[in-house]
Amino acid sequence: MLTLYGKEFTSRLLLGTAQYPSPESLKLAVTASGAEIVTVSLRRESARARTGQGFWALIEELGCQVLPNTAGCRTAKEAVATAHMARELFGTTWIKLEVIANDDTLQPDLFGLVEAAGVLSGEGFEVLPYTTEDLSAAERLVAAGCAVLMPWAAPIGSARGLVNKEALKTLRAYFPDIPLVIDAGLGAPSHAAEVMELGYDAVLLNTAVAKAGDPVKMAAAFAKAVEAGRLAFEAGLIEPRDMASPSTPVAGTPFFKIDHAS
Amino acid sequence: MKILLNGEAFATDAKTLDELCARLGFAEARIATAVNGSFVAAPLRGSTPLTEADEIEIVAPRQGG
Repeated sequence: MLTLYGKEFTSRLLLGTAQYPSPESLKLAVTASGAEIVTVSLRRESARARTGQGFWALIEELGCQVLPNTAGCRTAKEAVATAHMARELFGTTWIKLEVIANDDTLQPDLFGLVEAAGVLSGEGFEVLPYTTEDLSAAERLVAAGCAVLMPWAAPIGSARGLVNKEALKTLRAYFPDIPLVIDAGLGAPSHAAEVMELGYDAVLLNTAVAKAGDPVKMAAAFAKAVEAGRLAFEAGLIEPRDMASPSTPVAGTPFFKIDHAS
Repeated sequence: MKILLNGEAFATDAKTLDELCARLGFAEARIATAVNGSFVAAPLRGSTPLTEADEIEIVAPRQGG
C-alpha cells in the first residue's frame, strides 16, 4: 500500500491530466493506468468559454483523489496564492507545490520552494513539493513540514529517464521513512520500473502517457512497469558483479577435471 | 471603473467582487478568485469592494501535470 499524508492507495502510479488528444482519451487512460491520484491545475476562466466547468465535471466523474499543482508559479508568493485558490476550488488541502526557476529546464526554484512549503505547511496544507534530487533541499523541505518529497528524474516533458540515478539512490537512503515520488522526466515504462526498483514509493507521469501514440495502451504499460518494479524491489534484487558466476551447479559436471596447471 | 480582469483591461461598474462574478455568469460556477495577488475566499467576495486599477483573477479547474 502507498500511504501519502495518511491516505492509502493501491496504485503507485499518479497520473497527470494534461495534453491528451481528447477528454475521452484522458478518462480511458486514467482507468487503464489504475491511478487513484490525478494531478490537476487551475487557469484563468473566460466568461464566454467556461472551459474549466466542463473539465471539473470530467474530474468528478473519475472519482480520484485530486492533487492540484501550482504549475507556472515563479515566486513563493504566487505559489502560496495559487495554493489558496486551489484549496477552495478542489476542496483538498493537498498541493503539488511547484515554484519554477527557469523556462528552459523548468527546474524548481529550491529557495522559493522551501519558503512556500513552510508557509503552506503552517497553514495546514499537505505539501507534495516538486523538487530536484538535491539532498540539502530535501532536508529543508522536510524541516519545513513536507511529509512527502517529489524529486524530478529529468526535466518535465523531457522523457530522458533517470539522469542522476546515484543521487536518487542517495536520497532514498537518507529518507527511508519519507514517501518519495518521482515526478517528471520519465519517458518509457522501463524508466518507471527502474525508479521502483530503487525503492521509490511511486511515480507521477503525464507527458509520457498523454503524448504516446496510444495513450491508453501506454497507461497500461506504465501500470505494469510500476507494479513489476515494486515487486522486484520487495523481492530484493541481487547485486551486480564484475565476473561471471555459473548458475548451473559445477559439482557433478561430466568430464570435469581440476585443472592443476592453472 | 477600469480594472484588470485576468490580465486584460476591463470596464465595470460592479461594486464588489461578488457582483463582478455574478455579472460574468459565474454565480454558480466552480471558480476561485484573487485580488491584487491575494486569494479572496468565496464567502468574502461580497464584502470585497472593487476599486480602480484592481487586478482581479478568476480561475477554474484545468488540466495539469
